[in-house]
Amino acid sequence: MDRPLLLEVNDLKTRFHTAEGTIYAVNGISYVLHEGETLAVVGESGCGKSVSVLSIMGLIPIPPGQIASGSAIYRSRDLLKMAEPEMEKVRGKEIAMVFQDPMTSLNPVLTIGKQITESLEKHMAMGHDVAVRRTVELLEWVGLPDPARRLGDYPHQFSGGMRQRVMIAMALACGPTLLIADEPTTALDVTIQAQIVELVIRLRQEVGMAMIWITHDLGVVAGLADRVIVMYAGFIVEEADVDSLYEDPRHPYTLALLAALPRVDRRRHQRLKSIQGAPPNLLVEPHGCPFAPRCERVIDRCRTENPSLQAVAPRHRIACWIDVQTGEPR
Amino acid sequence: MGRYIIRRLLQAIPLLFIISIVLFVLMQNIGDPLATMGGRRPTRKEDRERLTRQLGLDKPVYVQYLYWLIGNDWTKVDLDGDGVAETQGRRKGVLRLDFGTSLIEKRPALTLIGERLPNTLLLMGAYELVVVIGALAVGIYSAVRQYSLTDHAITALSFIFYSMPIFFIAFLSMQIFALDFRRWGLPYFPTVGMFEPETGKTAGQVAWHMILPVASLALISLAGYSRYMRGSMLEVLNQDYIRTAKSKGLGRRYVLLVHALKNASLPIVTIVGLDLPTLLGGAIVTERIFAWPGMGRLFLDHVQRVDTPVVMAILMLVSVAVIIFQLLTDITYAWLDPRIRYD
Amino acid sequence: MSSEAATAIPQLKADELEAPPLTLRQLTWRRFRRHKMAMFGVAMLVLLFIYSFGGAFFVSEADANLTETAARLQPPSAAHPFGTDTVGRDILARTIYGGQISLIIGLTAMLVEVILGILIGAAAGYFGGWIDAVLMRFTEAVFVIPQIFLLIVMAKYFGGKVPNIELFGRTFSGSVVVVIVIIGATSWMYLARIVRAEFISLKEREFILAAKATGTPAVEVIFSHILPNCMAPIIVSATLAVAAAILAESYISFLGLGVQAPTATWGNMLDSAINYIDEGAWWYWGFPSLLILLAVLSINFLGDGLRDALDPHSRAV
Repeated sequence: MDRPLLLEVNDLKTRFHTAEGTIYAVNGISYVLHEGETLAVVGESGCGKSVSVLSIMGLIPIPPGQIASGSAIYRSRDLLKMAEPEMEKVRGKEIAMVFQDPMTSLNPVLTIGKQITESLEKHMAMGHDVAVRRTVELLEWVGLPDPARRLGDYPHQFSGGMRQRVMIAMALACGPTLLIADEPTTALDVTIQAQIVELVIRLRQEVGMAMIWITHDLGVVAGLADRVIVMYAGFIVEEADVDSLYEDPRHPYTLALLAALPRVDRRRHQRLKSIQGAPPNLLVEPHGCPFAPRCERVIDRCRTENPSLQAVAPRHRIACWIDVQTGEPR
Repeated sequence: MGRYIIRRLLQAIPLLFIISIVLFVLMQNIGDPLATMGGRRPTRKEDRERLTRQLGLDKPVYVQYLYWLIGNDWTKVDLDGDGVAETQGRRKGVLRLDFGTSLIEKRPALTLIGERLPNTLLLMGAYELVVVIGALAVGIYSAVRQYSLTDHAITALSFIFYSMPIFFIAFLSMQIFALDFRRWGLPYFPTVGMFEPETGKTAGQVAWHMILPVASLALISLAGYSRYMRGSMLEVLNQDYIRTAKSKGLGRRYVLLVHALKNASLPIVTIVGLDLPTLLGGAIVTERIFAWPGMGRLFLDHVQRVDTPVVMAILMLVSVAVIIFQLLTDITYAWLDPRIRYD
Repeated sequence: MSSEAATAIPQLKADELEAPPLTLRQLTWRRFRRHKMAMFGVAMLVLLFIYSFGGAFFVSEADANLTETAARLQPPSAAHPFGTDTVGRDILARTIYGGQISLIIGLTAMLVEVILGILIGAAAGYFGGWIDAVLMRFTEAVFVIPQIFLLIVMAKYFGGKVPNIELFGRTFSGSVVVVIVIIGATSWMYLARIVRAEFISLKEREFILAAKATGTPAVEVIFSHILPNCMAPIIVSATLAVAAAILAESYISFLGLGVQAPTATWGNMLDSAINYIDEGAWWYWGFPSLLILLAVLSINFLGDGLRDALDPHSRAV
């Protein structure tokens, strides 16, 4: 996999200053993404996965949000330091996003046709009629039946799955090199989820864009991603190729996540394994390993020092003080 | 949609009947119209009785209401008091658009109203324009500059103006812009009437005279509605679809004006449409203060003198106007918001 | 091997990392207290009450009614800090006694309005059916006519029919009662609609069905079970209603149809102000109007704070 580097995120830290205190949402994450590569970002609600990509896109409201440090180099330019007019040229055209809830993420008083043509008119300098024709093509491409007639329809006139297809068409309209999808199937029925994932795989084959796919659902990741990063409390705790992650998980949190998945082949009457303890309080500045309070293999060192990401195998890094297989400090 | 409109109009009819009955009964007891009719000379007994019969005031309440509603030209009236009804009635009743004759000016009630109504409409029109444009502008500006010093200042001012009684603003503006300006040698505003009698009723005169009354009325509503607009705009700006629009790289102004505004101004339609009662009420006080010859002053003067036909006419017209405006508001809202479909 | 903090820190259990949960009452009070405007409103209201009711200890009602035509329409001075009115009465003294009436009218009219609104709204919402239909038609009918029109007509209707009242050794014009009743009788519609909406949504809830299933009589269900659960919008509405009532009273008194002599209110102190505008006697209308403004403003602040604290989802403004 010698594809050129597309995005390099370095030590990104994002905080929110609220009346209750400072929320430490993202606490120094770093990763790289190559062209055409699909990276899955996995973690529970509140672990900072959405905030991290919104930070990269410059969509965090700046008070109360604050990008405390870090860089996001995209094609030799640091997105975090770009002026707004420059960012506007990148957004939608080179990097596009698909969001979780297509009902609230589409403007209810504008037709879906308008919501797609406006991107084409702005970024691709298309005239209105050309944009309309292209929009019909796009909708057909994502599998929307009868697209020409439905251009004038409003989001509430579509089903959830159809709306998400519209969102995908909208995002891919200008041919971006990177598609960021923030939990795009979470709000959909399971059967529709499968359809959308299939659609995305097909589109990726045809277009070859890179993807960052955020989800808390490990099941979706397996068929879709090339690499996976697992986040917890604003930190990356494990990073690996997808096969390595499923076959040889090394971080206690990853293990717990995988163990918590209900399985068809388990014995009946066996209790589902959940992760003990409660999600971390992000109002406290992090000290020590964030997973320490809930970890079954915790040692003293975990509580005082936060481990950094270290390689345990080729292209496989974890942030942990112990070896999960032996239980001994590494 | 057409069926919805018809249904609403049909619903309005019994409503108007109830209103008219309640008002009519109320009007019966607010005083004796005959007391003010004779001028300085006390009316002679025979004249009073004749007038009473002529105006139908000797009949029971429900008969009076009936005559008011459908007239008495289909029956005879006993004018000379001999117990025999001999004169043909001449009233056609409200349902045939005859609101009777003013007890004071001896002219048809509708004519009197027709003379004053345009003046009030002029005030109202200017008021609506100022309020809508102003509330949109101030509201959007505040929302976009949330938490800034300007925003806080606007919020504080809005609360203050919104809490002011109309007469306070009216008198204050008269004091400063009419009296003090004159004292300081600046061009000063007029405080009375629609135009200067010497200059005549020109458009310029009327416009000049309109400024203070409209401003007094509008400032209060503007303060309230701009806060409403600000809240609505803030709520919209926090929505996911605004984030989506930004993620598509659309410009800030474009997102604001195309994506946000259309959603945020939906509630404004409701407020403006339902603001009519407040406006009409405010007009009464304003017209009194600035001696503006409108319907509000007519109402006030004629209630004082217990001129039932004119008062009932104004009240019914006002009710009809409010009901129609409610309906128009609903229709406009449905037209603007594609999610709403009345069936 | 880097770390966020190399210093040893005491062992923290998972629970200690989270703040303890607050009760609903504590949360509400915290939200309210943070609302600086609301606190300002409360302070201002307290001051106004002290002014009107405490001021009566320094100034007698006779002082307020003392006419002295030689000293008519004098600007503020040491002897008369707020100036004098058209018959030489001290405006400061009159605003003190006028304030008592204005504030009392505001509060009692609100009570009338709240009682009417709750009764009608609860009946309509709870019983539904034809009761709801009739009550709602009636509510709409009264709602359609602008309040001032109704107030003017009703003031004329009742004017002079209620005799003066002797209370606490003072004489009050009967028109005070009239004004309270007619303001209350023309303001309840908005509250009735809110109460009805709340009742409609609450009466299908399981705890209500449970109460009904155990044979609780309707009156008890309404007042002991449903009503306490919709107090938040009622409290906010009632607070703002006081401001509306004070304004309404000032408008009809200003038009000469409200409270009559011998009782003064902030509104009726202005009734002949129009005639004297050209003389520039700003103190005549300025001080009573200012007091009305302060009262209404502080109630609006208070209401805003209450709405934030009790009903944060109903942000309308």
